[in-house]
Amino acid sequence: MKTEDFELLSGILKQRSGLVLTPEKAYLLESRLLPVARKYSLKGLDELAAQIRSRRDEAMLRDMTEAMTTNESSFFRDQKPFDQFKNIIMPHVAEARAAKKQVRVWSAACSSGQEAYSLTMLWHELAAKYPGWKLEIMGTDLSAEMVERSRSGIYTQFEVQRGLPIQLLMKYFTQQGDKWQINTQCRALCQFKEMNLLQDFGPVGVFDIIYCRNVLIYFDPPTKTRVLEAMSKVLAPDGALYLGGAETVLGLTDKFRPVDANRGLYVLSSAPAALYSGAAAVKAA
Amino acid sequence: MKTALIVDDSRVVRKVARKILEGNGFACDEAEDGQQALTACQKKLPDLILLDWNMPVMTGIEFLPKLRELPEGGTPCVIFCTTENDMSHIQQAIGAGANEYIMKPFDNDIIQGKLVQLGLLDEQA
Ligand SMILES: C[S@@+](CC[C@H](N)C(=O)[O-])C[C@H]1O[C@@H](n2cnc3c(N)ncnc32)[C@H](O)[C@@H]1O
Repeated sequence: MKTEDFELLSGILKQRSGLVLTPEKAYLLESRLLPVARKYSLKGLDELAAQIRSRRDEAMLRDMTEAMTTNESSFFRDQKPFDQFKNIIMPHVAEARAAKKQVRVWSAACSSGQEAYSLTMLWHELAAKYPGWKLEIMGTDLSAEMVERSRSGIYTQFEVQRGLPIQLLMKYFTQQGDKWQINTQCRALCQFKEMNLLQDFGPVGVFDIIYCRNVLIYFDPPTKTRVLEAMSKVLAPDGALYLGGAETVLGLTDKFRPVDANRGLYVLSSAPAALYSGAAAVKAA
Repeated sequence: MKTALIVDDSRVVRKVARKILEGNGFACDEAEDGQQALTACQKKLPDLILLDWNMPVMTGIEFLPKLRELPEGGTPCVIFCTTENDMSHIQQAIGAGANEYIMKPFDNDIIQGKLVQLGLLDEQA
């Protein structure tokens, strides 16, 4: 690939989704953008680049951006954030929000919705403990296709076997041919919409918990900082932020600090020292 | 070392399953049908049984209650691993005392996830 083509294409991706590609990753552009080029009857990436130089076609740029994202996810990914929701976060929230009886969660970069739906299942399992409580989940992703998939709540046989205990499959899913759909009670707790984390979040309200996992890794440090600081503004003063296993706030922003006892969990720097610092009880069924 | 008994009439499936389970630190034995599996379990109970449904001589769903009747027969974790992929089979298997259920085809990720859930494998760091 010509250097100027690589620079044009990777520049567009960086600007639109935050994705940072080094020249060694040029092969990724080749393999993922070739199908997009073909869709527009272009022979290769050189023609794609030429087309973009002559005329910016919004739909094509969108397709390119979506083609480059990694949408890997699974139910109860990493397990701990879900154990902690049950054992650390909810006990605190139950006291702190006793009057309102409402929990608001943001699953940012939700991909096909497994994280949001894992929480809804957990929520239903906990229902007896929190009578009258309401859970509201906002799931957002850059990709229109992922948002659509999340809304449908339909998963392949392969997907429902990744991280999902069989009892939960039996309880919360119905079979539709060779696919599985999560039930309406779970879907009713979630609202999915398209959102680019690089842009203004708009009037999203305030969240008690933000899950922003396995997306910052694709961004460069200034972009990570920008997203984290924007999130600090929509998190409740005693809210919780979850990042993925390979992500951190350290060196990026002082708006958040890690909770030492619980890896992956962050709170606002202004939050009380003891917030969420109790170790999670041993994984319970 | 944890032990697993792989029960499947397909040599290829047994080989793939053995490779995955050994990769996750299990010492594996194999059986070609429920009867062979039962004989093996009468001698020594494994920690884990990966159990196919359709097999000649004795099927997986016939084997399971016989296993559970053995002294200490409640201890092995049983994961059904079968091409039967509908809700009624799943319910029947869990109702008969299976701990987990895998719909073929499977891969390392799926098996590993189930082992973690069953407490047979520590979570990856
Ligand atoms: C690897 S998935 C992570 C899914 C889920 N959070 C998890 O941890 O399992 C990354 C997701 O981030 C989305 N994404 C990438 N860049 C984004 C951006 N700038 N704004 C919003 N979503 C973005 C992708 O579409 C993709 O679905």
